[in-house]
Amino acid sequence: MYKILKKRFLNENTYEMVIDAPRVSKNCMPGQFIILKLDDKGERIPLTIADFDREKGTITIVVQKVGASTTKLSYLNEGDYVEDFAGPIGLASELTNESIEDLKKKKILFVGGGVGIAPIYPQAKWLHENGVDCDVIVGARSKDILIYEDEIRKVCKNLYIATDDGSYGKKGLVTDVIQDLYNEGKKYDVCISIGPLVMMKFVCRLTKTLNLKTIVSMNPIMVDGTGMCGCCRVNVGDEVKFACVDGPEFDGHLIDFDNVIARSKIYQTEEGRAMLKLQEGDTHHGGCGNCGGDK
Amino acid sequence: MEKVKVPEQSPEERAKNFKEVCLGYSEEDAKKEACRCLNCKVPNCRKGCPVSINIPGFIAEIKEGNYEKAYQIISEDSNLPAVCGRVCPQETQCEGKCIKGMMGDAISIGKLERFVADYAREHNLNVDTEIKKNGIKIAVVGSGPAGLTCAGDLAKMGYDVTIFEALHKAGGVLTYGIPEFRLPKDTVVNNEVEKIKKLGVKFEYNVIVGKTITIDQLIKDEGFRAIFIGSGAGNPKFMGIPGENLNNVFSANEFLTRVNLMKASSDEYDTPVSIGKKVAVVGGGNVAMDAARTSLRLGAETTIIYRRSLEELPARKEEVHHAEEEGVKFELLTNPIKINSDENGNVTSITCVKMELGEPDESGRRSPIEVKGSEFDLDVDMVIMSLGTSQIDVIAKNTPGLETNKWKCIIVDDVTGQTSRKEIFAGGDVTSGASTVILAMEAGKKAAKGIDEYIKTSNN
Ligand SMILES: Cc1cc2nc3c(=O)[nH]c(=O)nc-3n(C[C@H](O)[C@H](O)[C@H](O)COP(=O)(O)OP(=O)(O)OC[C@H]3O[C@@H](n4cnc5c(N)ncnc54)[C@H](O)[C@@H]3O)c2cc1C
Ligand code: FES
Repeated sequence: MYKILKKRFLNENTYEMVIDAPRVSKNCMPGQFIILKLDDKGERIPLTIADFDREKGTITIVVQKVGASTTKLSYLNEGDYVEDFAGPIGLASELTNESIEDLKKKKILFVGGGVGIAPIYPQAKWLHENGVDCDVIVGARSKDILIYEDEIRKVCKNLYIATDDGSYGKKGLVTDVIQDLYNEGKKYDVCISIGPLVMMKFVCRLTKTLNLKTIVSMNPIMVDGTGMCGCCRVNVGDEVKFACVDGPEFDGHLIDFDNVIARSKIYQTEEGRAMLKLQEGDTHHGGCGNCGGDK
Repeated sequence: MEKVKVPEQSPEERAKNFKEVCLGYSEEDAKKEACRCLNCKVPNCRKGCPVSINIPGFIAEIKEGNYEKAYQIISEDSNLPAVCGRVCPQETQCEGKCIKGMMGDAISIGKLERFVADYAREHNLNVDTEIKKNGIKIAVVGSGPAGLTCAGDLAKMGYDVTIFEALHKAGGVLTYGIPEFRLPKDTVVNNEVEKIKKLGVKFEYNVIVGKTITIDQLIKDEGFRAIFIGSGAGNPKFMGIPGENLNNVFSANEFLTRVNLMKASSDEYDTPVSIGKKVAVVGGGNVAMDAARTSLRLGAETTIIYRRSLEELPARKEEVHHAEEEGVKFELLTNPIKINSDENGNVTSITCVKMELGEPDESGRRSPIEVKGSEFDLDVDMVIMSLGTSQIDVIAKNTPGLETNKWKCIIVDDVTGQTSRKEIFAGGDVTSGASTVILAMEAGKKAAKGIDEYIKTSNN
């Protein structure tokens, strides 16, 4: 059992939890993720690590309510426990393998969107702690749902903000900001992009034309997270890679995003039903003819 | 004289439920079957058993109705008799060597072993072993049959054993792979795990050794004097044909894990599983049979596609026979070359070619060759790939000095299970590639002895 030490909502649909998990925090690195299981009947949910504190033995996760399980998790409060919390899983961010000297010579750009902004934080923080600068672009639909702005501002050199509705920062998409920066004559050596699949797809499309190496963090559907089931496989160039052992970060220019997007929808119908059941609770007794609840 | 038949659920009935197929012998039938045993002076059956259970010995006790004694005899050599009695390939091991089998039916050794183990469970029989604790800490990585056996044996010798398991539940393949209808989880598997716990073995779940903690940290920071690695077979293989990443193409491991471990087919659990109307399972091993029979039970019309003929099917005969009885179809001498989909990326059919068998290769098996122009489409909406596994090197990569072979399997000494690092031992699928429960158990036993030996010699 793993205790929830802190919980706060970052916006209506996104919450942050600090979990007591000394074993996980001991060896984890930026870029890695964990798998959480709520209770004995829960599913195994992969979540990227948003922060960690080795001394306190804690891991911070940021979760968006997207389905039944992440909604159920949001009902838990400080002092409650989750049954399982396994990790760290996957490989550490490629940046952390390079020498600090080399990194200092590089111009590094992070591009985050939605809940994907959170996992940018530990990477930027790690660079900052090692005296390496980076620029960060974050995008959100509107100002009130933008998360982790203050945290990230503290650890990057320049923070650029884009909102779809123009309520904060530039009105437009993160790709517009990248283009602007390049138009102003800026150049980067590497871009790390984390966010919704569609965002990463368009970031990669643009950075390819800019000849900017781009790393993306994939979060496909997973089961075990140990490489045993192959559920998390992604085509990277000509190769099939398992995100839980070979990833989650891959060369974004080699990813077949349309396939990844199609695969992410496998359980949409089932998930919709589970959500309905959760929202309607005991009042849900079938009748829709779909869930078998009326049998 | 023919063997005493063991009662089974009828094929029509069992094709719709997940209850165990084989119902097991009654006392009376077990005794009758035991009486067929000739109690040979030189028991070949025993030679056929990887852990050398005293087979004639325990069968003789069944004849007399001394089931507790029979259980003690089996327990001397096996920690998991209720499991082995159900899933061992007896036809190629003990029963394959039985003299009786030359002229007629071999003694049903597996079913008798199972009878004794079930009797012991139902009557709460325990083999009391007095344990003198020595306080020496040993870590076991993985809680499959190799890890459980090694941990159990070491605990009996007095060691302070902790099992580190990556998943949230113990048992390895016994829990996530082999389905309920062949190996009941609550009664059989959990009971075996509980027995190991009663010996004082500690279990830590959610620890992915090599990631959460390295082997060297276990040794240096946590004071473990020796390590046993029983982390299993690794990644599922795919064919590399077009369309394998389409929606509703799964590995057998994924499909079985969703159903067995995550209980996805039950409404009460949150994990989803898709199930098609028409499912193709590609492959011919035990895993393929399990996947096919599981998909059948979830209501799909299921076809096994296998590139050789019935004779070469590597699955146990009993499983193939059960699958056929239940209505699984077989497309033999057939090989998939492409999976097709609709515009949303969902599987609609699988394109196959017919095969014929050529000359035997080095392994003695006749290798299949494509028949030109024999392509055809099979309408299916889900495909399960069951093509075996290849090693992952999560542990080896993070353990300096631990040597692996070209298949990334950890290299060990055959007798002791010792690796290139003297304090690290390994066994089971992680060293052999996907194999069997009993061989994993044997490896766990050998390594327990090897570790004991190592600790004793390195103490002085
Ligand atoms: C569907 C299916 C059906 C089968 N049917 C039969 C049969 O009928 N008869 C038969 O004899 N054999 C059968 N087998 C094969 C048999 O189950 C295996 O050979 C046997 O389980 C291997 O045992 P093991 O202990 O080596 O590994 P496993 O049972 O695979 O256990 C390994 C354990 O280690 C854990 N682990 C992995 N990596 C780590 C890590 N880094 N840190 C911590 N823990 C880790 C895993 O989660 C797992 O729990 C079948 C296999 C499958 C998949
Ligand atoms: S989640 Fe099962 S292999 Fe990656």
